[in-house]
Amino acid sequence: MEKVTSGIRGLTVVEKILARASGKQAVRAGEVVEPDVDLAMSHENAALVINQFAEVYQGTGLEPLPWDPSKIAIVFDHRVPAESSKTATNQKKIREFVARHGITRFHDIRGDEGGICHQILPENGYVLPGSVVVGTDSHTTSHGALNAFAFGIGATEMASVWALGKALNVEVPRTIRVVVNGQFSPYVGPKDLILHLVGQLTAEGANFRVIEFQGETIRAMSTSGRLTLCNMSVEAGATSGVVPGDEETVRYLREEAGCRGPFTLVTPDPDAAYERTLQVDASALAPQVACPHTVDNVKPVDAVVGRKVQQVVIGSCTNGRLDDIAAAAALLRGRQVARGTRMLVFPASSRIFQQALERGYVADLMRAGAVVMNSGCGPCLGVHQGALGDGEVALSTTNRNFKGRMGNPTGEVYLCSPETAAASALTGVISDPRKGA
Amino acid sequence: MARVIATLGDDVSTDVIYPGRYMATVLPTETPQFAFADMAELNAKLKARQVPPGSVIVAGKNFGCGSSREQACSCLKGWELTVVAKGFARIFLQNSVNLGLNLVTAPEVEAKEGDELEMTATAVVDKTSGRSFAVVPLPKARQAIVDAGGLIPYTRRRVLEAAGRR
Repeated sequence: MEKVTSGIRGLTVVEKILARASGKQAVRAGEVVEPDVDLAMSHENAALVINQFAEVYQGTGLEPLPWDPSKIAIVFDHRVPAESSKTATNQKKIREFVARHGITRFHDIRGDEGGICHQILPENGYVLPGSVVVGTDSHTTSHGALNAFAFGIGATEMASVWALGKALNVEVPRTIRVVVNGQFSPYVGPKDLILHLVGQLTAEGANFRVIEFQGETIRAMSTSGRLTLCNMSVEAGATSGVVPGDEETVRYLREEAGCRGPFTLVTPDPDAAYERTLQVDASALAPQVACPHTVDNVKPVDAVVGRKVQQVVIGSCTNGRLDDIAAAAALLRGRQVARGTRMLVFPASSRIFQQALERGYVADLMRAGAVVMNSGCGPCLGVHQGALGDGEVALSTTNRNFKGRMGNPTGEVYLCSPETAAASALTGVISDPRKGA
Repeated sequence: MARVIATLGDDVSTDVIYPGRYMATVLPTETPQFAFADMAELNAKLKARQVPPGSVIVAGKNFGCGSSREQACSCLKGWELTVVAKGFARIFLQNSVNLGLNLVTAPEVEAKEGDELEMTATAVVDKTSGRSFAVVPLPKARQAIVDAGGLIPYTRRRVLEAAGRR
């Protein structure tokens, strides 16, 4: 029987989330809405948010009180432990604000509950399906892995969210659908997929748009892998990446994130309108490498095999989770990092660090010569430890390779998967993990 | 009339505009000294105050891609620069609207250092080369924030309205 339609197309995941959060039946790409914010995350740049927040109330005679402290999360990760007195003083100021306003989702510099914001939020069950998450960090896109609409904003916009509890003047983004089918080859995984996609879409190809990930490969993928995909969606310019809610979303939230409360999964309507659809066959993918100095300068590993590297980095919000560390440990166990190459590993959270200790991965890595560092962002963006020397080359599982990114404008950064990084640490040159080091 | 002080290519990242290692500096009064810190010549030119307010940087597509750091906007605003580009990355564009950094989107723009530009609401005219480039206006929702003088006064008004309703 022919399906009767009203002539109105269905909704994408993000259109559904924004409709709910704006109190509407439906919203369409291009429409301007003011969604209620469910979670507002900042890291050390909360210091600037606090300044701007006070500025909003200047001359109003009103007391600057955040709309709902239970919906604010603050995580110290960019420069931990503090690399300078300036940072330490900013962190002190933030602690005072947190105490004054009773912000409980605060993750200080601690070995039990600290870590990188984009791991802390999911692993503590702060991000729920269907929610609107804003963060003063561009990689806030990560949280779309848990079926949320999550996007990065600046500090002043966060001050506005703290005041009103809404994101103002949000244009509903168009959605690009990426359908991934097929099984990855051994030593190929989510990081290779997202590098390939950023290369295909280009650095601005998804600007002002959302990437919705669908297909059998995505359904079979762990939340850890989905976080990697959504994390790097911003490298194609995307406002957010998002995965339709499914059994894996429920499993992760109940079993790993300790969520007890109710939530509702959001899936797209079958007749949702996408701006375009990309099909990817995961089984045809080789390990991928993003070459200096843009993330969309992506090549199969073959093209750069043999390039000498002085520093290998495994970690970050992109690839610092337990499966990433396990993959590296499996390749390094009983072997040695090449002389002349230093290998730095920084787990995405203290919890992951502890799990890696319990499973013996940390010992495997250290015996091989890797330096295992506390959880944090520092080396990825060149703010704290792991800076490159003049003209040095790094191979890293992080998310950006812009000129100057690792603290030195004459350095070069190549991006890859944990498997490619570990295989290359053993040889001291960029190597194909499928060929055995 | 405004002079072009630098021409940059596509995908100029916030790491290039304001390197990560200066991110502990947040005050808009202190960030300008680190604008383009790794481009020694441009940075020196700014710090030597050889650049009059209203001077222009011309860039390609996707200017401001990468990090959400607001310092990348406040450091340029501090020197009262205008950025004319073929396109801007979303967060950078939004931050600039919020802070009042003047951005002009002209998808076809081509200019050389030293060129004199005349800017109207609809076009960027290069008086040196004689060429004219159409301007894409800001969406209405963003223009409303610019018209209010930035996001802080815009939000302040909303806070006062909400307080009035209570």
